[in-house]
Amino acid sequence: MNTRYEPVIVGFLCNWCSYRAADLAGMARIKYAPNMRAIRVMCSGRVDPQFVLKAFREGADGVMIAGCHPGACHYVEGNIKALRRVTLLRALLKQWGIEPERTRIVWASASEGSVLADAVNHMTEQLCALGPLKWKQNQCIGQPRPLPVEV
Amino acid sequence: MKYGYYPGCSLEKNASAYHESAMAVCAPLDIQLQEVDDWNCCGATEYFSIDLLPAFALVGRNLAQAARNKQSNQLVAPCSACFLNLKKTDRYMADSPALAEKVNQCLAAGDLAYEPGSLRIRHLLEIMVDDIGFKTIGEKVTRPLFGLRVAPYYGCMTVRPDLGKSFDNPEYPQGLDKLMKTLGAEVIDFPLKAHCCGGHMTQISEEVAMELIRRLLKNAAENNADIMATLCPMCQLNMDAYQEAVNKRFGTDYHIPILYFTQLMGLALGLPTTKLGFGKEFIKAEPILKKIRKEAPRKRRKKRLSKQALPVPSMAEED
Amino acid sequence: MVREKVGVYICHCGTNIASTVDVHEVAAWCGHQDHVAVSRDYKFMCSSLGQDLIVADVEERGLTRIVVASCSPHMHEKTFRGACLRAGMNPYYLEMANIREHISWATNDKAAATQKAKALVKAAVERVVHHQALEPIPVKIEPATLVVGGGIAGISAALELAEAGYPVYLVEREPSIGGHMAQLDKTFPTLDCSACILTPKMVDVAQHTNITLLTYSEVEQVSGHIGNFQVTVRKKARHVIEDNCTGCGICEEKCPIKVVDPVFEAGLGRRKAIYRPFPQAVPKFPVIDVDHCTYFLKGKCKLCEKVCLANSIDFKQKDEVLDLKVGNIILATGFDLFDVGRIPHYGYGRLANVFTSLEFERMVNAAGPTQGTIVLRDGITAPKSVAIVHCVGSRDKKYNEYCSNVCCMYSMKFAHLVHERIPRAEVYNFYIDIRASGKGYELFYHRLLREGTHFIRGRVSEVTDAARLPAEEGKLIVQVEDTLIGAQRRIPVDMVILSAGLEARCDSQEVAQRFGLGCDFDGFFVERHPKLDPVATMTEGIFVAGACQGPKDVPTSVAQGAAAAARVIGSICRGTLMLEPVKARIHSELCSGCKICNNLCPYQAIEYHSETKVSEVATALCQGCGTCVAACPSAAIQGAHFTNDQVMAEIEGILWDKKGKEEEAAVMA
Repeated sequence: MNTRYEPVIVGFLCNWCSYRAADLAGMARIKYAPNMRAIRVMCSGRVDPQFVLKAFREGADGVMIAGCHPGACHYVEGNIKALRRVTLLRALLKQWGIEPERTRIVWASASEGSVLADAVNHMTEQLCALGPLKWKQNQCIGQPRPLPVEV
Repeated sequence: MKYGYYPGCSLEKNASAYHESAMAVCAPLDIQLQEVDDWNCCGATEYFSIDLLPAFALVGRNLAQAARNKQSNQLVAPCSACFLNLKKTDRYMADSPALAEKVNQCLAAGDLAYEPGSLRIRHLLEIMVDDIGFKTIGEKVTRPLFGLRVAPYYGCMTVRPDLGKSFDNPEYPQGLDKLMKTLGAEVIDFPLKAHCCGGHMTQISEEVAMELIRRLLKNAAENNADIMATLCPMCQLNMDAYQEAVNKRFGTDYHIPILYFTQLMGLALGLPTTKLGFGKEFIKAEPILKKIRKEAPRKRRKKRLSKQALPVPSMAEED
Repeated sequence: MVREKVGVYICHCGTNIASTVDVHEVAAWCGHQDHVAVSRDYKFMCSSLGQDLIVADVEERGLTRIVVASCSPHMHEKTFRGACLRAGMNPYYLEMANIREHISWATNDKAAATQKAKALVKAAVERVVHHQALEPIPVKIEPATLVVGGGIAGISAALELAEAGYPVYLVEREPSIGGHMAQLDKTFPTLDCSACILTPKMVDVAQHTNITLLTYSEVEQVSGHIGNFQVTVRKKARHVIEDNCTGCGICEEKCPIKVVDPVFEAGLGRRKAIYRPFPQAVPKFPVIDVDHCTYFLKGKCKLCEKVCLANSIDFKQKDEVLDLKVGNIILATGFDLFDVGRIPHYGYGRLANVFTSLEFERMVNAAGPTQGTIVLRDGITAPKSVAIVHCVGSRDKKYNEYCSNVCCMYSMKFAHLVHERIPRAEVYNFYIDIRASGKGYELFYHRLLREGTHFIRGRVSEVTDAARLPAEEGKLIVQVEDTLIGAQRRIPVDMVILSAGLEARCDSQEVAQRFGLGCDFDGFFVERHPKLDPVATMTEGIFVAGACQGPKDVPTSVAQGAAAAARVIGSICRGTLMLEPVKARIHSELCSGCKICNNLCPYQAIEYHSETKVSEVATALCQGCGTCVAACPSAAIQGAHFTNDQVMAEIEGILWDKKGKEEEAAVMA
């Protein structure tokens, strides 16, 4: 059994800004929490809410969606659409017992390596405090309610 | 509309004309000014130069008293120096928690406290321009000041320093100009309108103050102003009470009455001069008021200087 | 499903990766994973030997997919795709795992790094088996080009294209081409006569068989995509029949209506109601200003029609709407001068002898309203002292923070012209810094110093007529803090010239939207990359040149115009452009016609077909962002190379070590 719980964050990084920001963080040798595992998408607007759900189901403790700053999206406004989806998704996830802090949207332009690194550190810290994802216990579906007995 | 009202020391005696005329114009414009309970002097420009903490605390006491008015969180000050002191103190307390703590410690001695940002501090001109608006004032004008050439004089403390969200342009304000225009007067756009009148230099270094006052009078006279409209008791005092002294010292012959903008507003709203504090000024204004005509002056077409003259740029007429 | 054979290559990158990630362990571990046929680690995968490894394995072991765990795909995706291609494999069967920038360079924790590397490689393996063979998409390029804006940048671009043998439509809003450069008298630093160097180019444009000149015209609508743009241009009615007009100019001479010309003469001179903006206008046909023409206002006069010997006046002429088909578009719409009226304490408008830089340009121009004589507003008196105020509206938090690039140079040019025409005049230049960065510019500055110009370093606080001393009476006083001597100064002069900055055109936002471009916060058009790609935009096939992209001088505008033309010529020469196949495609059998995707697309690339009741993506317009893919409730849209299957598999792979742990944690809680 592990002595310290290390959260795993699945990151969806957009090709033009945030992925490059992560590259830059590495190139600048900025050391930050290794807990975020990046998946590249062309635009944060590509992130289907189903990806987020899948990640949680497969065991991720948190999901980070990183895109360009509003107004600077390479595809005009994909990041705004991502923001809309994530806002609704968080509300939905809350109802299922998944804390809203586990889904986060971050803006980082291609030159902001340190911004991304800080965001990862911050989220890792938050998730350490929250503990592992235990959504199955936080709500009770799956157990069918007993049918009323006919008298 | 209800506001807290901080008259300041000048309005009690020196600038009683300002106080009277301000009270008089508030009624037709539906402005209710509720005087701050047990207010004290704001320290004017002197105290801040001597000792900062007592100066802030002095103003802080006024803020604390004003904040007790549950009916309005807005505080109106007609005097520019009072206005600036109140606004400055509130702003600096908000920016520096350390200062706020110290000031509140001082105030605690009198069972008072002030939370920075809880009051919105306004100048009387600001209320007229932003809250009442030119349209409403224009509708209430019954005796337009046609034919009267007014030089609007802001002084330096109303619009500077720019503490953020200043209600007018710090270099070239326009609010008073537009207000005078709404009253039907012919407005002189005189470039020294936001230049210093000398303030308390009349007491400290008369030579400097006289020069500053002379420049303002000269500029107003050069632009053919009949009257100057002010909004600060200090400016009014300097320009008015020392006008003869300036004439004597420099051999000039200025006779420009210096009135408060509220006095002119009162006239235009049809109120009698007796209710507006007329007659208290040194350079008498009544004779100049005879210049007011019944009909609007004809719009003078811009004449070309000569056949060879180059076209002058057309500046968009401001609404 | 066919069993894929994935080759996995873990790169050491010297010690860059190997010193933190245990590359041997990762390679060995990968060898046991599903789908992996061979797993190696190697010192430098990007080297020719490293690439040969891949090629050899593909050939010998019949590999069907490749995973390279090394640096960022932004570095070497192209390299390894090339290797795949050489091995006879579709280049899109490659996936990279970024274990350098994202792992070994970002942490010192070796255990965590190795664990994470395994996750990223496994993710890549799981993803790559879902990759499909993709081919770049060919798009035919229409050889005609649209150049919008007939200033020096637009002219430069048009001539390059025409000389290369390709047809060009040059659309210009004003009645003549020439732009702001036509208004100038001399150009810095050579003091070449602007008209002398510009007009031959203008004539070339008019006479070139490959250029269709559409002046007094505006682009109304743009649709389509690179290689195939449909553009609607409105040719406004000049009320002059171009086929008949000989350009003799009698109509202009005889017209009784004179008005102030706010455009070409910058408000300093006058023109007639029927006019050519300047004598060397191209084309030579005049235009009737319907807002001031007596016939259009009152139905009388018609003098021009009476005196015209060539029967060219047509009061009934209508606007003409043209539909053009072009392959590429170059925007060269130029700049507007900063409105100095926004700074009231500089006195423009109130003080007669305060002039803007464009007004002064017209004044010194030999063909201008004063025939080149420098006089005050009264039109007669020559000034004995002139103040030139730099940085009006520029380098200023209250107005524009950026530097407008050319003002120092043109301010010094003005100083020189004053010295030249009024030899004993005192000239003062008030500056913050002297920006003289081009070729010969610094030497020009030295020349001005030798000519006796007074350079005062300080931002002018006020221009006023309120005199304090007898010597200031009747003058314009410039109040400034001379920061080099540390004192306030008041300098009385006769004339003040405000060197206003350059701004984006007032309608640049609207124009940008019409063409599908972006504007930056200052209104200038956004280039694809500020350093490496200053002429292309984010939209394929649309380029920018000249001051509309940012303030710049004439040589830079010419260079940019030529650069944009070169890019266009390149694409025309290729005849066909290969677009990246990362595009969306709607499976019509799955589409329910809900139209949710239609409004989401920022490129309006999705069209709803009312007959078949399904939507379709126009492949050439699609930029591949994937927003529609994520939004489709029926999963009817597939985003090539970023399909749901691929990403879901990647997610599964990336969480290989967490699978089942969730249940475990639940049980233990």
